[in-house]
Amino acid sequence: MRHIISLLMENEAGALSRVAGLFSARGYNIESLTVAVTEDPTLSRMTIVTTGSDDVIEQIIKQLNKLIDVVKVLDLNDGKHIERELMLVKVKATGVHKDEMKRMCDIFRGRIIDVADNSYTIELTGSCSKLDAFIEAIDRSAILETVRTGASGIGRGDRILKV
Amino acid sequence: MDASAHSATDTHAKSMTGADIVVSCLNEEKVKFVFGYPGGAVLHIYDALYKQNGFKHILVRHEQAAVHAADAYSRATGDVGVALVTSGPGATNAVTGIATAYMDSIPLVVISGQVPVPAIGMDAFQEVDMVGATRPCVKHNFLVKHVKDIAPTIKKAFYIAKTGRPGPVVVDIPKDITAHVADFIYPKTVEMRSYNPILKGHSGQIKKAVKLLLAAKRPMIYTGGGLVLGNGAAELVKLARALNFPVTNTLMGLGGYPATDRQFVGMLGMHGTYEANMSMQHCDVLLAVGARFDDRVIGNPKHFSSQKRTIIHIDVDPSSISKRVKVDVPIVGDVQSVLSDMNEILAQEENQTTDTADWWTQINEWRGVQSLDYAYSDTVIKPQYVVQKLWEVTKGEAYVTSDVGQHQMWAAQYYKFDKPRRWINSGGLGTMGVGLPYAMGCQFADKNAQVACITGEGSIQMNIQELSTCAQYGLPIKVILLNNRYLGMVRQWQEFFYENRYSESYMDSLPDFVKLAESYGHVGMQITNPADVEGALKEAFDKKDKFVFMNFLTDQTENVFPMVENGKGLSEMVLSPRTASRLKGEE
Ligand SMILES: Cc1cc2nc3c(=O)[nH]c(=O)nc-3n(C[C@H](O)[C@H](O)[C@H](O)COP(=O)(O)OP(=O)(O)OC[C@H]3O[C@@H](n4cnc5c(N)ncnc54)[C@H](O)[C@@H]3O)c2cc1C
Ligand SMILES: Cc1ncc(C[n+]2csc(CCOP(=O)(O)OP(=O)(O)O)c2C)c(N)n1
Ligand SMILES: [Mg+2]
Repeated sequence: MRHIISLLMENEAGALSRVAGLFSARGYNIESLTVAVTEDPTLSRMTIVTTGSDDVIEQIIKQLNKLIDVVKVLDLNDGKHIERELMLVKVKATGVHKDEMKRMCDIFRGRIIDVADNSYTIELTGSCSKLDAFIEAIDRSAILETVRTGASGIGRGDRILKV
Repeated sequence: MDASAHSATDTHAKSMTGADIVVSCLNEEKVKFVFGYPGGAVLHIYDALYKQNGFKHILVRHEQAAVHAADAYSRATGDVGVALVTSGPGATNAVTGIATAYMDSIPLVVISGQVPVPAIGMDAFQEVDMVGATRPCVKHNFLVKHVKDIAPTIKKAFYIAKTGRPGPVVVDIPKDITAHVADFIYPKTVEMRSYNPILKGHSGQIKKAVKLLLAAKRPMIYTGGGLVLGNGAAELVKLARALNFPVTNTLMGLGGYPATDRQFVGMLGMHGTYEANMSMQHCDVLLAVGARFDDRVIGNPKHFSSQKRTIIHIDVDPSSISKRVKVDVPIVGDVQSVLSDMNEILAQEENQTTDTADWWTQINEWRGVQSLDYAYSDTVIKPQYVVQKLWEVTKGEAYVTSDVGQHQMWAAQYYKFDKPRRWINSGGLGTMGVGLPYAMGCQFADKNAQVACITGEGSIQMNIQELSTCAQYGLPIKVILLNNRYLGMVRQWQEFFYENRYSESYMDSLPDFVKLAESYGHVGMQITNPADVEGALKEAFDKKDKFVFMNFLTDQTENVFPMVENGKGLSEMVLSPRTASRLKGEE
């Protein structure tokens, strides 16, 4: 099953490679991994999207907790949560594509953030599956390039991950 | 600087170089021995340690041996072992030692030199990314980038190494900062928001566990390296005796329960006794203590789980619990603390034991199989016989180190360890070459103790250069070489699984070990006749201040039994041909 794991870790050199190294050394899947500093500059927050059986996820959480730099780990799937990912897609905007892209962008509540002679760059945020759906919905041959950030996750309401 | 470094840090911080700070930190930690080898990146540190007389530096002949010796020193004493190596090749030579300690959860602090900070990343001379290289085989590691960070980092390194599930910690220190100057203040305590191991077990879980134990019909206690590491043996003996339950130890746990005790059923696992493996497989309540259900212990996990039993698991590392086998009552905590709570709760129970008479009858029947029986020969030396005689001659009191292979298994099976921290071997990584440096670590830990290194002619050659270190420090180690002229364990697998195609498992062109030992100033002995085994051992151990290298030419065809083959269930052991035919005869 797909899980979104959030963790807080010491904002120290090499901390990211410890997490990445753990996943590769133990053969765990990473669908995406995002990391950035939090409002407290000594802490980084990471969101990892992974897949695995319940046993594997349990081991992943335990192994993450075992890393000395990791302060807290939360499996967001244990409760209500929100995930958002940002995607930038550059598409052909000539001929039939021109109106079609504008229309699809509106339907998915995206924004065109760059207009060039032959292309649009569309910015889209949402759950990973929404971004997947957008890719599915438009004409593939019109896609020039895509870049995605990977998911960021947060618990709903009172579910707060803090030191 | 002098021995006064052992005194507590005073309030007026002294200004000193990074190198002096490193040395002072080690003295603050009351380190007695540092095993190491010098080189460019650590020359400032070597100069600083020359000028102090707190700890003693032991010069080995290869950095791998430095780490192994520090590792054994820790296994024997429970203190953190310390090694010091230079950057680049010194550091990479240390990696096998670090990985060996990591797999067996041994607390070490390894200090490695690094190229100067401005040179890092420039492919500088003798530069290797030590933090990157050791990341998968350390509990934690640090690259220190400012002289003021040296003391707090070393403090943390010792704290992390020895608390929770112990393990090696690497502190990589660039050369330039060992020349920089800072005030030396050694922190008294460590606070880390990201690291707080749980030591006290959950009382509700412990109560539940005691109830389950008292309701058991076929109980079993299975203890591992964690019981030894956590110094929990006394509490375990108390609990096991009160309950009158059978006890088995893993390879790493030997000595955790006295091997000569009636309730001990021997080691379990791939080369465990028949009774240990059968009891483990057929028990209804299993108490696992500081043991991690390794693949060499439970055999095929599916087969193991096909038998229903309730498992209680005490471990300080939550990730050891329910990793390979689902556990019913997890108890995260330190063995000593949890077992002492268990003993207390048990003492308050009305009925303090359960009827295990039928279970013991069954176990004694399994014992009757005598799975460790072997054929004594008066023409060729049987390796098992040498180990048995060693046990007798040393009255079971020696520190016994081993290398990796058949001889290791025979040492584990036939030397009866009654005390923890006496059996020193590499279980998790299975590193050939540890035996001699391990013996060195033990001899430094206890200079008057009898130390025996049981080894093979393959393994001993992997760190044979340490004969020189032993000469330098006058270490009276006794090497017990079970020389079968084969990489015996490899040969055994080739016999079982590759139709006797002995691919590259023959040890040809061996040195004359007697002359080799003598060339270092040691005593060398060669023993070829079974009748001479006991006398030779006595003679060797009578040479109390001599290093004696005993080359026993042993039976080349002997195999280790029982054996659980890969993929087979724990109760599906192959018994020795002798035992098997005896059982047939009895039918
Ligand atoms: C050739 C060869 C053959 C082998 N055959 C066998 C065999 O037949 N039988 C066998 O048993 N092994 C065998 N091994 C060894 C095997 O590979 C494992 O190393 C060993 O079984 C692991 O032992 P353990 O479960 O006691 O764990 P260890 O590696 O000793 O782990 C200790 C556990 O205790 C925990 N712990 C540590 N400190 C504490 C504390 N203070 N409180 C609570 N918990 C703590 C740790 O978290 C860990 O889970 C063999 C090895 C080799 C090289
Ligand atoms: C460094 C290393 N290389 C290879 C192995 C694989 N290996 C395990 S046992 C063994 C044979 C050991 O031979 P020897 O030391 O003579 O012991 P014996 O089995 O003959 O008693 C080998 C090669 C290992 N464990 N460690
Ligand atoms: Mg051999």
